Amino acid sequence: MNYVFQFGPIFRHSDELIYGAVRTMELTAASSAIGFVIGLAGALARSFGPIWLKRIVAVYVEIIRNTPLLVQLYFVFFSLPLMGVKLSSDQAAILALSIHLGAYAVEILRAGIQSIPGGQIEAAKSLGLSRRQIIRHVIVVPAARAVYPALTSQFILQLLGTSIVSAIAAEELTAVANNLAMQTFRNFEIYIVIAIIYFILVRACSLLFRLVSLVLFRWKA
Amino acid sequence: MSLREFGPNELFFLLMATRWTILLAVVTVVGGGCLGLFLAGLRVSPSALLRHAASAYIGFFQSTPILIQLFMVYYGTAFIGLRPDPWPAAAIAFCLNAGAFFGEIFRGSIEAVAKGQWEASKALGLRYVATLRLVIIPQASRLSLPPTVGFMVQIVKTTSVASLIGLVELSRAATMINTVTFQPVIVFGTVAVIYFALCWPLSLLGQHLERRLNGGREREVVL
Repeated sequence: MNYVFQFGPIFRHSDELIYGAVRTMELTAASSAIGFVIGLAGALARSFGPIWLKRIVAVYVEIIRNTPLLVQLYFVFFSLPLMGVKLSSDQAAILALSIHLGAYAVEILRAGIQSIPGGQIEAAKSLGLSRRQIIRHVIVVPAARAVYPALTSQFILQLLGTSIVSAIAAEELTAVANNLAMQTFRNFEIYIVIAIIYFILVRACSLLFRLVSLVLFRWKA
Repeated sequence: MSLREFGPNELFFLLMATRWTILLAVVTVVGGGCLGLFLAGLRVSPSALLRHAASAYIGFFQSTPILIQLFMVYYGTAFIGLRPDPWPAAAIAFCLNAGAFFGEIFRGSIEAVAKGQWEASKALGLRYVATLRLVIIPQASRLSLPPTVGFMVQIVKTTSVASLIGLVELSRAATMINTVTFQPVIVFGTVAVIYFALCWPLSLLGQHLERRLNGGREREVVL
């Protein structure tokens, strides 16, 4: 037990840590946005699309949800260049993370669509609402409220998952930490500091999501 | 040009590495499950101090990346004067992490058991631990089974992160083979198939258990 903590060398690199944190949030936001679009398209296809499309979406969801993000990342990063698609490690990271989140978003959004009782849609029909009105007022808005908690916690998981992309040296917080570890050799201290930064990011995001939900869903359920 | 082609030897190497993925997952499920049970017990305990301690633990492990937790355990061994070793580091980090998630799963199912059961046990003169063991846990375990199986899928996938501290399990074996064959499509494709073969049965089992618990009703939306 004669380990001496030295945090000094780390805080001298605080601007790099801030850069890493910003990059992590950018990666999370970009991949979540793309993943959400994939998820929305997939959920609609899986709920209302033709059979063959439902099957394709189901296969996509099962493959992604039953293989590790790291393997998906390696596949994208190493395979696509052979097929003639040139990707930087940042682009590969965003692509893999988006495809990954998309599969989970499909399942969450599909559950949201299915959470609407069939009777509500029948009631709306018998009240003479148009198809568009039904989709908007009876399906989308109540479903959004139902899926909001699951979607936001998936966003948080995505934020934690971005640390994996340091494996292909994409620039984000964990990669910054790995570089600092090589420069300063204060590995234990560095990962303690990084853990605290992730903790703050996660807590800040979940607080923000709770505030947003208070504004968005202020009417009675 | 590559040094080697992907052939039966390479496939065998991947399958042998799969042993370590499975072993690590089993260790994590057992260790994490025990820790989770303990944490869930603390989370519903009558003492506020124990409840807060357990919830702080769970909060930390659920709000930081598993990779960082792994690095902390790996490099933290220097703190107690030992040389970093991937196997114990991965086993410890994954158990600590899975314990937090199992703790929340078990707490949820313990709290889902009706309050009257607690009151009835108290009326019968059972103490806290006896109530948990004899009355609450048997009922809660039925509820916690589907999410537990679901989380086991997560654990199998998470073991791949151990490759980043140099533990030669399935993912690490894949990157090694990819380096010598440079056939990423077939190498990572094969590895994905192996992971899929491990995870999919568990996923299906989890879904089956969940449907059985919910009475198996699912209605299609007609628009």
